[in-house]
Amino acid sequence: MNPVILYSVGVLALIAAGSAIILYFVAKKFKVDEDPRIGEVTEILPGANCGGCGFPGCSGFATALVKGADKGDISGLACPPGGNETMTAVGEFLGLTVEESAPTTAVVRCNGTKAKAPSKLTYEGPTKCAIAHTLFSGENSCPHGCLGLGDCVDACDFEAIYMDEETGLPVVIPDKCTSCGACVRACPRDIIEIRPRGRKDRRVWVACMNEEKGPIPMKNCKVTCIGCAKCFDVCPPVANAITMGNNLAFIDGDKCIACGKCIVVCPTTAILATFEPPKPKPKPVTEEKEASEVKK
Amino acid sequence: MKLKTFKLGGVHPPENKKTADIPVVPVDIPKRVSVIMSQHLGVPAVPVVEKGDKVKVGTLIGEAKGFISANIHSPVSGTVFKVDGVTDATGYRKDAVIINVEGDDWEEKIDKSETLLKEIKLSPEEIIQRIKDSGIVGMGGAAFPTHVKYMFPEGKTADTLVINGVECEPYLTSDHRVMLEKPDEILVGVSIMMKAGKVDRAKIGIETNKPDAINVLSEKAKDYPGIEVVPLKVQYPQGAEKQLIKALLNREIPSGKLPLDVGCIVNNIGTAFAIYEAVQKNKPLIERVVTLTGKGLKKGGNFLVRIGIPAKNLLEKLGEEIPENTGKMISGGPMMGKAINHLDIPVTKGTSGIVLMSEEESKRNIIQNCIRCSKCVSVCPMGLEPYLLEKLAEKDMFEECEKEAIVDCIECGSCSYTCPSSRQLLDHIRYGKQNVMRIMRERRQQ
Repeated sequence: MNPVILYSVGVLALIAAGSAIILYFVAKKFKVDEDPRIGEVTEILPGANCGGCGFPGCSGFATALVKGADKGDISGLACPPGGNETMTAVGEFLGLTVEESAPTTAVVRCNGTKAKAPSKLTYEGPTKCAIAHTLFSGENSCPHGCLGLGDCVDACDFEAIYMDEETGLPVVIPDKCTSCGACVRACPRDIIEIRPRGRKDRRVWVACMNEEKGPIPMKNCKVTCIGCAKCFDVCPPVANAITMGNNLAFIDGDKCIACGKCIVVCPTTAILATFEPPKPKPKPVTEEKEASEVKK
Repeated sequence: MKLKTFKLGGVHPPENKKTADIPVVPVDIPKRVSVIMSQHLGVPAVPVVEKGDKVKVGTLIGEAKGFISANIHSPVSGTVFKVDGVTDATGYRKDAVIINVEGDDWEEKIDKSETLLKEIKLSPEEIIQRIKDSGIVGMGGAAFPTHVKYMFPEGKTADTLVINGVECEPYLTSDHRVMLEKPDEILVGVSIMMKAGKVDRAKIGIETNKPDAINVLSEKAKDYPGIEVVPLKVQYPQGAEKQLIKALLNREIPSGKLPLDVGCIVNNIGTAFAIYEAVQKNKPLIERVVTLTGKGLKKGGNFLVRIGIPAKNLLEKLGEEIPENTGKMISGGPMMGKAINHLDIPVTKGTSGIVLMSEEESKRNIIQNCIRCSKCVSVCPMGLEPYLLEKLAEKDMFEECEKEAIVDCIECGSCSYTCPSSRQLLDHIRYGKQNVMRIMRERRQQ
């Protein structure tokens, strides 16, 4: 046999053996211990990488979960898109019990529709709320209202939010919403809030973020919260869910029992709900009032 | 002789300076004025009066808070009606002192006479203190507190005072009128500023579309040592400080540096006049010249307006209505001003003009794809790549924006003006710049 071939094979074999030895020691020396559980927990998670948990992607969250499990506590960590099901599965795998958290959804806290808060000017700039917000108070002049340019729609990875052409406001589809909070971060006016979905999907919220005194916002919008505190007065003491601050009512979604009393008393219909509010007891006075309002 | 100008980029929009020949007339004081507390760059002033307080013209009503801030004085005499929010040019509510006007009673210390006082009695330190106390801010539009420019950091000195009489914005003529009507006062003001900045030469840059102002000022400047009037080629944005320094002195300010780093102080013509009044007459900044103009208006005009008077009073004084085909109202010039949604907004220290644009002029064209013509690159006076910055900002790629020096953008709008595809370049760049600046601020705080 040609000695050149023999030499070549021999040299290559030596290099291979030498490299193998180096690699063996390097692998020993620089071994990274990755908990095999991290990979398995990642498998359980939905894999949407939405960041709703507050960690960079699902594997980041899995790492946090496994770390937490080592300390024996993963309370406070939750996967919004996966919900209780996923968290229970993760808990079972890690041998921990997970408290069930109430399902949540995003709600839009502005009801300044095109009809209720008519446009006073036309905006022709870029269709991006973040840009419009820095330029002016909005087409309807409300500095706290929805700009209607759809940054929240662009931010949603789950197609759970869309723009209603007629009202000019975003609409959340609760069944698709995973409460990941991307829309909340995208909105430059903090109009979108993550709230508990409520029992039997009954939830009530104040659809206004305006903090000015009553008459000022009323010039721009007919359905603004004027901070009259009527809702605060009728909220049953068992719930005591309403707080007043900055000329604005806020309903605590965890405390609210969805009785619907506040919806009826609100003079500007600024309180929205997912159900029909109880009809007020027929009183001649209110009927007259309603009649006169209809005439207007 | 070749006229001086800056070398890089620039555009020349139609000038439309139709109010250049109309003398400045004072606007009547209405029954109530609203003085906004954030009229300047930096921290808003803090109101020091309460409801029911009596104020005179020149009484301090807002005190500067922090280093970059300015005092605010009452422009009228009367009673404080309330301290509350009012809607400013952008539609957001700002703290303001609302005063019910009673008579026109001035503080005694203010010299109301018209006599020209040439002799500068105060020392440089006293001058700067007076500028600070009088609430003088840059009158060109940005309203940067002037005293800050004269408080040099340790080890820095200036050798030239640059005075901006360029008024490169189309339509506006307020600086032009001040130059024609108050040349002596301006030159004394410039001398005061030279003393305050401890410099021995001043250059006043004026574009050649104002030949009368160049003539008047250069004639009078012979009596004032060190002051030179330099005619400049008409080009936008020559009134930006970096471009003006380049045009007058051929010095370039490195990225992220200030005029003082190349030995310059830059101030506006209007500021020079305000400083004259503050130092020689002890009169705080309570009024300014505002141009009201627009193609739809029959005449337009230049008005001496007390701060806080609603912009609609200018229109009333003119005796005209808002023209029917008005598409956009702008506070400031059409290139860099801000659109406003009504004329009830009070005039502030930075309001150089109110421009009523017709629908035709203000309509934005349909946005088309970038055709890579690189016109935006060639007109950018800062040597940036607007097409690239727009794309990066649109995609929220702020780190890349920072690498491309987005913070150097002076927001002159030359790129948007020139883009044949009508792309919204500046809108996105401004958005990117704001975010990059926020990120840089956060990084500094850490």
